[in-house]
Amino acid sequence: MNTTHIVKSYEEELSKLDNLVAEMGGLVELQLAQATKALVTRDLAGAEEVVSRDVEVDQLERNIDDLALRIMVLRQPLADDLRSVICALKTASDLERIGDYVRNIANRTTVLTKFHSVSETSHMIERMAKIVQTMIKNVLDAYISRNAELANQVREKDQEVDQLHNSLFRELLTYMAEDHRAITSCTHMLFIAKNIERIGDHVTDVAEHVHMMVVGEPVEPGRPKYDKTSTTAIEGSTA
Amino acid sequence: MNINEKNLVSGVRISKPNREEQRAVKVSAQAVNVHYGDKQALTNVSLNIYKGMVTSLIGPSGCGKSTFLRCLNRMNDVIDGCRVSGEILLDGEDIYDRHMDVVSLRARVGMVFQKPNPFPKSIYDNVAYGPRIHHLTSSKEELDEVVRTSLQRAGLLDEVRDRMEAPGTALSGGQQQRLCIARAIAVDPEIVLMDEPCSALDPIATARIEELIDELSENYTIIIVTHSMQQAARVSDVTAFFHLGEIVEVGDTEEIFRAPSDERTKAYITGRIG
Repeated sequence: MNTTHIVKSYEEELSKLDNLVAEMGGLVELQLAQATKALVTRDLAGAEEVVSRDVEVDQLERNIDDLALRIMVLRQPLADDLRSVICALKTASDLERIGDYVRNIANRTTVLTKFHSVSETSHMIERMAKIVQTMIKNVLDAYISRNAELANQVREKDQEVDQLHNSLFRELLTYMAEDHRAITSCTHMLFIAKNIERIGDHVTDVAEHVHMMVVGEPVEPGRPKYDKTSTTAIEGSTA
Repeated sequence: MNINEKNLVSGVRISKPNREEQRAVKVSAQAVNVHYGDKQALTNVSLNIYKGMVTSLIGPSGCGKSTFLRCLNRMNDVIDGCRVSGEILLDGEDIYDRHMDVVSLRARVGMVFQKPNPFPKSIYDNVAYGPRIHHLTSSKEELDEVVRTSLQRAGLLDEVRDRMEAPGTALSGGQQQRLCIARAIAVDPEIVLMDEPCSALDPIATARIEELIDELSENYTIIIVTHSMQQAARVSDVTAFFHLGEIVEVGDTEEIFRAPSDERTKAYITGRIG
């Protein structure tokens, strides 16, 4: 049943809220792409631009908060409208955190440009980032088209990110064990990998918000975690 | 129920124990049809009302919710050309049985209307009226006590204690409505029907009535017709959505307002046109 609100301005506010989330998500996706590119091409100016644009992400979160609050006060939304507003609020908060992780990647890139490149790992990071970027794009599509199935697929995709992170973690530890001069850059690379892994987790959260918005029930708890880095050690490094 | 037990996050009242087996059916309506002359107002309505719970009936104007409410204490009997068929059981007893005493039925099933309608009598006499005609008390002292506790339960006693002989119509709108509630509960009914009890009241008076519904639900089974979705969400445990004389959806209030399953319910409560 295709229905529209009797009060036109309410309808407009809800679609504006969707548009703001799409805009914020789009910007975050772009920021991640630029930050990854700056990392791989060792582009200092590009990294600095990413850092400076994070304020735009933060501003969009405030705009979403303001509009969501306005809708709650004026319209007292119910049922799917209520779930949409809650989903927008929670998604904006996750996107803002993703923005912070991206800014941190760009900050670390500005340091990394001063060191020798760790090119083998930077390509693995690029692969990780590509997957996460697609996840962001798909979760936003799922959001806008109210597609719970697509949101669930995004959620499943996160295991690939976790597995790449596991391999990267081991690889970087090995580099550091082999060559102490690489410790600074490898440590930054570790944090960058971790940031991307965390971004994947936030995208997964957004997928869960979308599921709740569309279906009206939370997703089944107990998503398997594939990130094993908290318990990983390389041979020969233990006492 | 006190305020801490309410789900303040979603703004929806947390239901009392909602497992089916813990609910005792107070009123069972089965396949109820109501005609006003040639016009059918209710079609095949079946609904269980549970003891000690607040049930709200929602739906657009003319959907039959008030008609259904009036079936429950046979208020439709007084309307010319109104025919009721089907079965309505109160504690298993058919209220449309020809042996049913309608006057005592209406004492068991009290009613509060949209507009406060106190009798043109004193505050005291408004509340004492029911107990007097039903001979519920045997002495002046006992009647005084019933009037006092009814006003207390209706949250009005403190405001009228010193002017019990003043006319009921001299009170403010919100006070008049609480006086009508005191009058309804003075005969110690089992069920209180409320037909849009707050639609003529300001937000403060409305909040008082809603608080009162919460308190009264400890002792009475309450059925409320309301046009305010937020009010239905706040005060009721179970919500039934009526549309074109039929029940479209009935369920736990929280479920109905969080994620209704019928598209017509969703369209109505979110203010959409189909």
